[in-house]
Amino acid sequence: MFKRKLKNSVVTGVIYATFLLALLPLISLIWTTVSSGLARFDGTFFSSSMRNVIGEGGGALHAIIGTLEVTALATLISVPVGLLTAIYLVEYGKGKLAKAVTFLVDVMTGIPSIVAGLFAFAVFALIFGPAVRMGFAGSIALSVLMIPVVVRSGEEMLRLVPDELREASFALGVPKWRTILKVVIPTAITGLITGIMLSIARVIGETAPLLIVAGFTQSMNYNPFDDRMMTLPVFVYYSYSSQGTDAQAYIDRAWAGALTLIVIVMVLNLGARAIASIFANKTRSNH
Amino acid sequence: MESVKNKTFTKAGDRIFRSLSTGSGVLILLTLATVSGFLIWQSLPAFTGSPEAAEGDLTGYLLPLVFGTIYSSLLALLIAVPLSIGIGLFISHYAPRALAQTLGYLVDLLAAIPSVVYGLWGIMVLAPAVQPIYEWLTINAAWFPLFSGPVSGTGRTILTVSIVLAIMILPIMSAIAREIFLQTPRLHQEAALALGATKWEMIRLSVLPYAKSGLISAGMLGLGRALGETMAVALVLSPANVISFNLLTSTNSTTIAANIALNFPEASGLNVNLLIASGLVLFVITMVVNIVARRIASGGQR
Repeated sequence: MFKRKLKNSVVTGVIYATFLLALLPLISLIWTTVSSGLARFDGTFFSSSMRNVIGEGGGALHAIIGTLEVTALATLISVPVGLLTAIYLVEYGKGKLAKAVTFLVDVMTGIPSIVAGLFAFAVFALIFGPAVRMGFAGSIALSVLMIPVVVRSGEEMLRLVPDELREASFALGVPKWRTILKVVIPTAITGLITGIMLSIARVIGETAPLLIVAGFTQSMNYNPFDDRMMTLPVFVYYSYSSQGTDAQAYIDRAWAGALTLIVIVMVLNLGARAIASIFANKTRSNH
Repeated sequence: MESVKNKTFTKAGDRIFRSLSTGSGVLILLTLATVSGFLIWQSLPAFTGSPEAAEGDLTGYLLPLVFGTIYSSLLALLIAVPLSIGIGLFISHYAPRALAQTLGYLVDLLAAIPSVVYGLWGIMVLAPAVQPIYEWLTINAAWFPLFSGPVSGTGRTILTVSIVLAIMILPIMSAIAREIFLQTPRLHQEAALALGATKWEMIRLSVLPYAKSGLISAGMLGLGRALGETMAVALVLSPANVISFNLLTSTNSTTIAANIALNFPEASGLNVNLLIASGLVLFVITMVVNIVARRIASGGQR
């Protein structure tokens, strides 16, 4: 009996220890990013580009604008395609086609981000020649990564809508497409929005595909359909990997960029959760 | 008249909506077909093309990359599996209930941190921190073949990369582990406890067997992520075109993804095709791993 109790306590200790051990690097990561990032987390960082900057000063405005535009375009493509696919799978899908789509969405979830970048490059190189770099190509690459996430979460949320609601609507003679638009989607809307925000958070930090197809530049570029476009993750990568003479200035900018990225991702995540919980409480109190 | 009009309106609406949503499903099918189609088409020149990329060269180029990709990911998995089971069990069965929920939240948030940040941390913080340990290991544990020197002076070795990869896949793996542990039927656990089992015996006899297939598929999903991870490896590793099992030296096999990220921006001509061909190989590897993971997961449900 003593031996068994001893074993039990040892295992308990081991599990607590693993947990603390795993927490260690994660705390270190966040601590370093915040403490090193704050050095350049200032007005200049958010109001200027890197054009003609050597050494200190300069900022990531061009990268932030790039990230916002590229991600917004990716969202514009992914959300309609993803949601309509989810609607197809839940409301219409039957037989072989639906099975194939489900399987392929699974496969798509596993596409490495760099392969998505290569794909976008291959498509755009065919149209614009092998030296093509543009923000929109980055949006296409991000869409390949984002669509399966939107489909998965959308599917889950639409399946949560009780069939009774659909049947009640049909019984009143409402056609199917209006039932979906006026009954099913409004019922699931908070879940859908949460899912979309989380999928944006998932792709906004992607570096590899943008490195390949959006390229990098030190200057502002507002047009995603022409020429190289800097994005925040690529900015972080290049600030570190191609340091100029004043290395510390580049490293400080890299950390400030990393901190900005983490803040954006956290805001999206917490925002999504806040929306979900606020509306969940509201619908519960209505009943 | 009015109702007839309404009816055609309804029918047209239904038809449009149905074809829109079906079309989106088909679009996904087409996207995937074009992804693989374009990759194959663009990498063909590397397979068939000119003399300087002859068949022997290609395998000589790809083999170390494939090796590095699989080796680093397996090492990462080796580190991450026990840790994620530990974290999962801690949150599901050991931590106080109020704390557990917050911790679960926290783990989910960590899954969202961009990989370039992990890479930056890996090279700026982790590599310098582990280098003295590596030095100690090459001197005092050199009898272990994987630890043979000469030690890397920067700590930018494949072991450091694997540790970073392990940390990156920990959140998603422990989140899945936690979910599965929580799904273990209450009655099984209470029955074990009622028979006088200690908490650990209860976990070993009821929770772990129940979670086995789920844990395997969580591991495979983590493996799939580690295989395709680019920026952390590109930032941390000091690469060489070799096949080497050594964990602590400065000549490391690099991974397919990192190799593409480092060389693509400056590549031109046939090199582009070569890099795309390596991307195709990576695509196939991750696809196989993911499909196996799904098979195991759905097998467990049945």
